[in-house]
Amino acid sequence: MPTVPHVAQLDDDLAALHQQTLDFVAKEVVPHGDQWELDGHVPRDVLRTMGGLGMFGIRVPESLGGLGLGPLASATFSEALGSSTYAGFDVTVLVHTDMALPHLLNSGSEEQLARYLPEVLSGERILSIGVTEPDAGSDVAGIRTRAEKDGDGWRINGSKLFITNAVHGDMTIVAARTKPDDRYGISMFLVEKGTEGFTVAKALDKTGWRSSDTAELHFDDVWVSDDQLLGTVHRGFYETMRNFQNERLVLVGMGLGAAQRAIDITVDYTKERAAFGGHLFDLGAIRQRLGMLQAQVDAARASMYHCAWLAEQGIEPVRETSGLKAWACEMINNVMYDCVQFHGGMGYMRETTVERMSRDARILPIGGGATEVMLEEVAKRLGASS
Amino acid sequence: MKVVVCVKQIPDPADPGALDPESKTLKRDTKLILDESDSYGVEMALQLVDTAGEGSVHLVSMAPNNEVGGLRTALAMGAESATLVSDDALKGTDALGTAKVLAAAIARSEPDLVLAATESSDGYTGTVPEMVAELMGLPSVTFAKSIAIEGGTAKVQRQTEAGYDDVECPLPALVSVTAGVVEPRYPSFKGIMAAKSKPVDEVTCGDLGIDAGSVGWAGGGQEIVSIADAPAREAGEVIEDEGDAHERIVSFLEELKVL
Ligand SMILES: Cc1cc2nc3c(=O)[nH]c(=O)nc-3n(C[C@H](O)[C@H](O)[C@H](O)COP(=O)(O)OP(=O)(O)OC[C@H]3O[C@@H](n4cnc5c(N)ncnc54)[C@H](O)[C@@H]3O)c2cc1C
Ligand SMILES: Cc1cc2nc3c(=O)[nH]c(=O)nc-3n(C[C@H](O)[C@H](O)[C@H](O)COP(=O)(O)OP(=O)(O)OC[C@H]3O[C@@H](n4cnc5c(N)ncnc54)[C@H](O)[C@@H]3O)c2cc1C
Repeated sequence: MPTVPHVAQLDDDLAALHQQTLDFVAKEVVPHGDQWELDGHVPRDVLRTMGGLGMFGIRVPESLGGLGLGPLASATFSEALGSSTYAGFDVTVLVHTDMALPHLLNSGSEEQLARYLPEVLSGERILSIGVTEPDAGSDVAGIRTRAEKDGDGWRINGSKLFITNAVHGDMTIVAARTKPDDRYGISMFLVEKGTEGFTVAKALDKTGWRSSDTAELHFDDVWVSDDQLLGTVHRGFYETMRNFQNERLVLVGMGLGAAQRAIDITVDYTKERAAFGGHLFDLGAIRQRLGMLQAQVDAARASMYHCAWLAEQGIEPVRETSGLKAWACEMINNVMYDCVQFHGGMGYMRETTVERMSRDARILPIGGGATEVMLEEVAKRLGASS
Repeated sequence: MKVVVCVKQIPDPADPGALDPESKTLKRDTKLILDESDSYGVEMALQLVDTAGEGSVHLVSMAPNNEVGGLRTALAMGAESATLVSDDALKGTDALGTAKVLAAAIARSEPDLVLAATESSDGYTGTVPEMVAELMGLPSVTFAKSIAIEGGTAKVQRQTEAGYDDVECPLPALVSVTAGVVEPRYPSFKGIMAAKSKPVDEVTCGDLGIDAGSVGWAGGGQEIVSIADAPAREAGEVIEDEGDAHERIVSFLEELKVL
């Protein structure tokens, strides 16, 4: 059974939230995960239950009906979700709570918050964040989707690719260019499902994260009123970039929760698997390697909570978080690789948990800031204290 | 309506700890959690108060080292407050001693209804609730699968092997609840955060007017003379099939008198 990690930054409240999430995941997610992988999405009932338990309001101020907690809570919540072994489920939740919702919280007007927050908190309205396009991923400023002023609103044209939660979700926060001559002249819009001209072109078929739905979206003369503009016009690039730190943190969190489970599962397996008059775990090559993987996961965990703590102190730890995202996500893939390896042929079978986990982990060094891009962020800040 | 729920805090069954060769009892150095058996009583109490539209749920627990871990879980589920009896004098207390302490603690809140589990998950003598009822002079109904309150009466479906009995008794009463009859709610995140600031009244035997000599090892009049490891399981006999395996298995089962 997964347990709450010993981490200096976790006070009793955060440890209790972690434990509660572990319990929820063990009872309400793990028994159904295989079916959701086949279905290609997480059923709404589960998300509503989570909403009812207040799990979507961790970062929402108390005055708006949430818990008013900070990045440490996001870190511990994401790590606990990671224990599910179904990263598709984890990311469905975390895109809603920690990748899309922060845009609404940080930039939303009072009126927008009043209009949308209650449903977002209850799980009635699931959010997605639409930045990536067929021709612009890492290069966010290269997006082509554009929004032009039209009467009391904006007319949006273009497309988005790889958008998590956009097939079965209810509202996408869309980045669109509003100043054609300015590379950074981007604005964010709240586009509700069902808005005329806004369509899911395709539900995408993926290597892993199979219980998470991923969409290609088309915007064909989509008109939204002025009150769907999120934040300051033309400032969307900067506002979006600010929220990426949290996204990186929780991607690492869910990856670490998963890596810990993969190690635990593999330790159990190698202790059971008889070979050469003993068990696989008795072999030095295997136990030493597992020891090293554990040491790396422990180090990454300490670093993650440290980054979250820095962020809570109001220090924006861009170097630390980018470096962690780069290193930890590759390390987690090494963990998965070795866990598959130590399962032998069983590690290559679809019925084996670590097989699925190794497919799920592959996206971590690509999505939410690819390793190379993260290392550029670190490199830019080398030589001076960030 | 005021409902008191007896809540035992027990070592985590997933990490039950070890016996202390000195005291010959369980080492009490691990964190205690809410006994799952009692989560049903807590849930039932919360539902009864919801249905009544008024009232509150109060918890009573006796545990060493001022442990509140299990109480916090039940408070996070929605109980309003708790009384914890914790006293070194209670070391070695038997079921009757426990009942004396709980009865005194429960009496302080003058409840309309007292709930307990049929038996705890670790001690499982299954005797404490009935003794509490006797000591408090309350009617005792056991093995409840459902409870409804109508006026001053508790209507209880009492689980039996064949089905259930309908039982009625006047309030106040003590009812022990069968495990698994309701689905205990998950504490909400808000409930967890709020639990920390809910009142837990920590009291000692003295506060309850209980003579320390009537509880603990002295009160129980019992002594654990020695403890020993359970014998290791012996290796089984392997029967190689030489055409007669089925006959040998049948005769083996006959020897065990299971056939
Ligand atoms: C399953 C899944 C879910 C996703 N969910 C979302 C979502 O919900 N919302 C959303 O907006 N996006 C989402 N994405 C998109 C994801 O964030 C991008 O795929 C990612 O940012 C990489 O962009 P790209 O795919 O265009 O790759 P590219 O940007 O084309 O990168 C290709 C390679 O080039 C490298 N590279 C790029 N720039 C540099 C550089 N400057 N220096 C060195 N190397 C460089 C990259 O590191 C990478 O290895 C999702 C993607 C996937 C696969
Ligand atoms: C060797 C030994 C050492 C002990 N040392 C200590 C000690 O150091 N400190 C101490 O406080 N107690 C101590 N106890 C008491 C012990 O914790 C139990 O409360 C008691 O033995 C009850 O027995 P049971 O679990 O079999 O009850 P059961 O009759 O099986 O319990 C039925 C129900 O009664 C209620 N109940 C029972 N016990 C409690 C409780 N403690 N609090 C709230 N509700 C309860 C619960 O609803 C429970 O499900 C000790 C007992 C023994 C045998």
